[in-house]
Amino acid sequence: MAESFPLKKNLYSFFAEIGALSKFAARFFKELFSRPFEFKEFLRQCYQMGNKSLLLVGVTGFILGLVFTLQSRPTLEEFGASSWIPNMISISIVREIGPVIIALICAGRIGSSIGAELGSMKVTEQIDAMEVSGTNPFKYLVVTRILAATLMLPLLIIFGDFVALIGSALVENIKGQVSFMLYFNQVFSALGFRDLLPATGKSFFFGFAIGLVGCFKGYNSSKGTAGVGRASNSAVVYTSMLLFIIDFIAVFLTQLIYG
Amino acid sequence: MDSMTAEPTSSSTPKGKPVIRIQNLHKQFGDQVVLKDFNLEMYENENLVLMGKSGSGKSVMIKCLVGLMEPDSGTIEVLGQDITKLDRTQMDELRAEIGFLFQGSALYDSMTVRENLEFPLRRHTKRMNIKDTDELVLEALENVGLARTIDLMPNELSGGMQRRIALARALILKPKIIIYDEPTTGLDPITAKEIIELMTSVQKRYKTSSMIITHDVDCARVISHRMILLLDGTNYAQGTFEELSTSEDPRIRAFFK
Repeated sequence: MAESFPLKKNLYSFFAEIGALSKFAARFFKELFSRPFEFKEFLRQCYQMGNKSLLLVGVTGFILGLVFTLQSRPTLEEFGASSWIPNMISISIVREIGPVIIALICAGRIGSSIGAELGSMKVTEQIDAMEVSGTNPFKYLVVTRILAATLMLPLLIIFGDFVALIGSALVENIKGQVSFMLYFNQVFSALGFRDLLPATGKSFFFGFAIGLVGCFKGYNSSKGTAGVGRASNSAVVYTSMLLFIIDFIAVFLTQLIYG
Repeated sequence: MDSMTAEPTSSSTPKGKPVIRIQNLHKQFGDQVVLKDFNLEMYENENLVLMGKSGSGKSVMIKCLVGLMEPDSGTIEVLGQDITKLDRTQMDELRAEIGFLFQGSALYDSMTVRENLEFPLRRHTKRMNIKDTDELVLEALENVGLARTIDLMPNELSGGMQRRIALARALILKPKIIIYDEPTTGLDPITAKEIIELMTSVQKRYKTSSMIITHDVDCARVISHRMILLLDGTNYAQGTFEELSTSEDPRIRAFFK
C-alpha cells in the first residue's frame, strides 16, 4: 500500500522521525535533572567541543569579517557612506551572520563528530558495554554532549563574532586609515542590548539543536559502517535545516518583541 | 526432537545451586518469533556452552539476561532475583555480579586501557581511592598477561590483546557470573587457543559460573561442562559435549561437523 503512495510513506517517516526526536528530547530533560550527574564527562565534552573548535571558529570568523568588509566597502564608498562600515558590519555580524555561519560550521564540526562517535559506539557494542557495566549510557553520552553543546556554542559564537570584527577592523585600518580604537568605539556605540540579547539567546538553541540531532542520529544509528556514515551525514543535514528554522523563529520573535 | 531435551542426563547434571534460571522466555520482533518458551538453568561453578545457528536467538537471549532487551513474557532469575521486576538501580547493582565479554571486545575507543578498566570500578565502588583502583587495574591486567599495555589506546592493540583486555574489564569487579559472547570469533587459531586457556584459568581462579556462546567446536569441547543447542528459538537439546557430539540426531550432528 505504502509503496504505491511514496509521498504518503515519506510523510509518515518524516512525522515518525519528528516524534522520535521529540521523545528523545523529552528523555534528555528528564535525565538532566536526575542523579547521578556525570560532571567529569560534561567538562571533558566542553573541552572537546569548545577548546578544540576555537581555531576553526577563529579562522572562519576572521575571514568572514575580512571578506564582508572588503565586499561592502566599494559600494558604501560610492554612496559616501564608508564611515558607516563599522556600524553596519558589527550589527550584521552580531545579529545574524556571525551566529548562523558559526553555528553551521559547528554543525559540521561538532554535530558530525557526535553522530559518528555515538554511531560507531553503537555498532561496536560500546553503548551496550556501558549499560552492562552499570552506567546509564544516555546520561553519560547524550546528556553530557547536549548540555556541553548548548553551553559552548554561545561562547564560540561570541568569540567568532569578536574575531570577525577584528578582521573587519584590519581591513578598515589598511584601506580606510581607521584606527582600531575608532573602529571599536563606533562598533560599541552601534550595538545595543536588542542586538546582543536575541543573538545570544538563539545561540543557546543552536547549540541545543546541534547536540540533540547529533546525539539522536548517532544513538539510533543502524548497524554497520554504512549506518555510522549515514548517522554522521544526516546529523549535519538535519541540524543545518533546523538551524535556519530556529533562526527564522528567533528573528520573528525579536521583531515581535522589539518592533 | 531429541530425547535429551527434557532433562539433562545424569552424567551432565551439574552440582551446586542454580545461578541463572530462565522460564518460558518469549521474544519476537514484529511477526518473527526469536525465542519461543525458552527454558534454561545454569548452576554454580558451571561452564555452560550455548550453540546455535546464526539467528537462532542466542544473542537475544543473553541481551534479555543482562537487561539490554525486555522479554515479551517469561521470567529470568539471576542469583535469585527476577530481573524483569528490578528497577534501574537494583539492576545496576546486580550487573556488578555479571561480567560480559562482547564479541567485538567493545573497549571504549576514547579511553586508555587503564581508563577502560577503571570505568566499571568507579561506577560500583565510588569510595575506592586511587591507590586501590590502580592496584586492582594492575592485578586484572597481570591476570591476562598484559600489564605493559596499561597506558595504550585500544586501537594500538591487536584483536587478541583487545579480547584479553575486555576479559580483564569483565573480571575486574570479580563477578559471580561471566557471559562470553563468541569469545574466539575473528581470532586466529593460536590466539583463540590462548583465549580458551585464559577462560579456563579464570573459571578455576575466581570460581565463576560461565555462559559461553560459541560456534567454535574446539572451544566447546575444551571448556564446557554442559551444552545447550538452540534451534528455532527453543532449547533443542542439552547434555555434555560427548553426549551431543555422538548423537544420532542429524540436526544435532550438524553442529559438530
